[in-house]
Amino acid sequence: MSLNFDALRPNPRLSLGQKLWQINWGLIFLLLCLVGIGAAMLYSAANGSFEPWATRHVMRFGIAFAIMLAVALIDIRRWYSLCYLAYFAVLAMLVGVEFFGQVGMGAQRWIDLKVIQLQPSELMKVALVMALARYFHGRSLEEVRGFTRLLPPLALILLPVGLVLKQPDLGTALTLLAIGGVMFFVVGVRLWKFALVIAGGLAAIPIGWQFLHDYQQKRVLTFLNPENDPLGAGYHITQSKIALGSGGVFGKGFMQGSQSHLNFLPEKQTDFIFTMLAEEFGMVGGLFLLLIYAGIIVYGFAIALRSRNHFGRVLAMGVSANLFFYVFINTAMVMGLIPVVGVPLPMISYGGTAMVAVMGSIGLLLSVYVHRDIRIPRQGPGASD
Amino acid sequence: MARKNQENDRYKSFTRRAILLGGVQAAAFSALAGRLYYLQVVESDKYAMLAEDNRISPRLLAPPRGPIYDRTGLELASNEPTYRAVVVPEQARDMVAILEAIGEIIPLSEEERKRILIDAARKRDFVPVTVKENLTWEQVSRLEVNAPSLPGVSIETGLIRSYPLGKPMAHIVGYVAAVSEDELTGDPLLELPSFRIGKSGVERQFDLALRGSPGNSQVEVNAVGRVIREISRQEGTPGQDLQLTIDAGLQHYVYGRLSAERSATAVVMDVEQGEVLALGSYPAFDPTAFTLGLSTEQWRSLSNDPQHPLTNKTIRGTYAPGSTFKMVVALAAQEAGLGGGHEVYCPGFMELGNGRFHCWKRWGHGKLTMTQAIQQSCDVYFYDLAKRVGIDAIAAMANRLGLGHQTGIELPGERDGLVPTKGWKLAYLGESWQGGETLVASIGQGFMLTSPLQLAVMTARLASGKAVKPTIVRNPEVLDPAFARQEPEPLGIPEAHLQLVRGGMDAVTNDRRGTAYRARIDIEGMEMAGKTGTSQVRRITMAERAAGVVKNEDLPWRRRDHALFVAFAPVDKPRYACAVVVEHGGGGSKAAAPIARDILMETQRRDPLKDRDGGQLAEFLRES
Repeated sequence: MSLNFDALRPNPRLSLGQKLWQINWGLIFLLLCLVGIGAAMLYSAANGSFEPWATRHVMRFGIAFAIMLAVALIDIRRWYSLCYLAYFAVLAMLVGVEFFGQVGMGAQRWIDLKVIQLQPSELMKVALVMALARYFHGRSLEEVRGFTRLLPPLALILLPVGLVLKQPDLGTALTLLAIGGVMFFVVGVRLWKFALVIAGGLAAIPIGWQFLHDYQQKRVLTFLNPENDPLGAGYHITQSKIALGSGGVFGKGFMQGSQSHLNFLPEKQTDFIFTMLAEEFGMVGGLFLLLIYAGIIVYGFAIALRSRNHFGRVLAMGVSANLFFYVFINTAMVMGLIPVVGVPLPMISYGGTAMVAVMGSIGLLLSVYVHRDIRIPRQGPGASD
Repeated sequence: MARKNQENDRYKSFTRRAILLGGVQAAAFSALAGRLYYLQVVESDKYAMLAEDNRISPRLLAPPRGPIYDRTGLELASNEPTYRAVVVPEQARDMVAILEAIGEIIPLSEEERKRILIDAARKRDFVPVTVKENLTWEQVSRLEVNAPSLPGVSIETGLIRSYPLGKPMAHIVGYVAAVSEDELTGDPLLELPSFRIGKSGVERQFDLALRGSPGNSQVEVNAVGRVIREISRQEGTPGQDLQLTIDAGLQHYVYGRLSAERSATAVVMDVEQGEVLALGSYPAFDPTAFTLGLSTEQWRSLSNDPQHPLTNKTIRGTYAPGSTFKMVVALAAQEAGLGGGHEVYCPGFMELGNGRFHCWKRWGHGKLTMTQAIQQSCDVYFYDLAKRVGIDAIAAMANRLGLGHQTGIELPGERDGLVPTKGWKLAYLGESWQGGETLVASIGQGFMLTSPLQLAVMTARLASGKAVKPTIVRNPEVLDPAFARQEPEPLGIPEAHLQLVRGGMDAVTNDRRGTAYRARIDIEGMEMAGKTGTSQVRRITMAERAAGVVKNEDLPWRRRDHALFVAFAPVDKPRYACAVVVEHGGGGSKAAAPIARDILMETQRRDPLKDRDGGQLAEFLRES
């Protein structure tokens, strides 16, 4: 009987095989479920055709899956050292959008790289999580409870928020703020500071209102009273509610959704794909999908709590918060609970950047789990403990 | 060790906060689930209905319009299949090229091309645009043969109203045309682009009954309104059949006979029941042209025509009845106690106050009885009667005989005419009645206005002694209870009074001294009794009279007198009444009486009422 010295070593080195073994295959199973559902819905959205969406969706998933595995297997300490680089690279891209961006639907959001159209604001959601995780890893609870040490991370949040607002993309900007807020919360920032910021934010609404674009103001007003404008801006949300409601408990059946197939439902392959699913599979289908997402988020929480390094914990919480906001904002929007903002449903909506960003962030989550027992000194992996 | 504790604190705080956050997220997911439940269970019925409303669009199916027949069953208005070429821009792709290709097969004017391109640009790409309507069968087959080189082009069939008898029937049957903006009642049927409604004649009068009720089809449409498929279809009920009392053959004859004049009308009716057998107003228009849609040029020439082809002059034309009114005065006088024995000496004029009222015969008729006065149409005799009985008694009799108010025939736009009374003049002109006006009225001039139909009704009532009302539809109560037929009641005028007047009318045509002897019918058993009339269009001034009245023939057409003639036949047992007005035709005996004679001869030859009383007369005629 030989002693397992690896277990005693503070930072064990894992072989590739051991790492693969550590990957949460349950989480990956849930991802596969999501992509399968997504492909089926995209097939239905194209009236029973794999073109133009379903096939490409699965192919993208294949690429994103490889990226996810690679990210998962790379040592967490390597990611720790890459955080700021990633953040500033994406920030540079956001600045680039300002100059080379493609204009679509009244906003500059894309960079055309010929092969793919990149949407840096989606990548920023992950990059921000990484940068904040690295920053808070190095801060003690006392420092976090203070004030001055919160200024640099605040800047990390507000820089991209400002750039995204300028595109303009209010939905993503608010998501970035929310992700930042969640991370401030979990690292232990005093609650009264949140209260202060929220109060300040509410007070600023009348001022901020004037900086909103006409169409954004209209969206909010329409949200408050959709019947006001049934054929204009309120049309989308009205038709979405009709589709959802008419789906009933068990739905109209696969490819039988009259609202989606007769084109009453807009953007059914992207932002409103949940509506289509709930029309065709009913409340049962909608709840099932929400449960899958809940399962993935629970994995995120479990991984965070299991990590023995603060960087991993905060990173995992940030990733799961990001996922939560994707799902919550998208579904609450199509159900008419919040105003219409352009947020895709992860792994289901058709769209490349979001798929890569989400799979990449899940790769980070897996990496946190694979390297959960590695301790990282507060000064960084290079410093002596 | 401190660092260890620090790390521990940080982990504890993190764990607490993470659990708190998990709770918040779980609550948020519960809210989502609750919202799903609310939308998909609680409110699901409401949304299911809204989704069906979205999906299913009802389309109206226009019912075929009820056909119209004459009394013998001949079709006067029917529905004929029509073909039109349509093109779906979405399938045609290049509209200009397609129009070029169609133009090789059926001629398209530059104007039409422009209209089609504008139509196509305005509508959605999948909505068919009409290229040309009312294609001939030959054009249809040529398009079909070339179909492979004409993508998006197809032939649609529809029904179009057709009037096989054309002009002679135009004023009776009327026509249908596209619904105008102010005719929209909210009935969605009226909003169908191909729908036509009755605009005149019985087409208009019985439009609702002829229309029928629409069917509907439910089609599934997508968000932009493109039809995906038909879900259900329910055909409508076709409109009611309408049978007229008109004898199309006689009508055709009457119209042809009138066409010898520039503008003339004639009415033939049954004296017992009031069935109108012919109602001719010449000139007329082609009703089919209206159905297809008139060009502005066609419309202008029709509405500016001085002969007024668009006006049904039998019910809308009003003329002074002239001497045909004398029968009314004769009856009013008898009722006032002045019998046939009442004699008057006519020196050629009558003086009243400081006015002198002339007879048409300059040197006078001498001494006359009432019968002779009618026969020779002596004006002075009737001046005398009128002076004795007064205008109001005359007007009352005129009203009883059907003058001065609408006859109630089932045609739109009938005019009242005018029979003046003292009260009327005071109310409308604010002046009191002058004695001389009574004299003028007694010979059917002055304010007096009657329509040819009213004159025919008057004659029918004289002939039958019954208050017959004219009717033009055999089954009116089926279509509209307001027009239900009633058995005519007696007029309440003693038969002896009527006989005296009829005797006078008999003498007009059948006595050598009668004013219309030359227009008599000399076939035994078919003889007519009548009365001439001349209706002044202008007032004859004293100066003119002194210089000798200008002959009608020397006046421009528009200033010549109207010629009138009313008659019934046969004399012994009257069956048919007829009234003829020739606008600006000159004297009644010369212009109107021959027409009435020809019409009444033709009527009796055909005897359209023979079915009603067993065709005895027809048999009798065939034997003789």
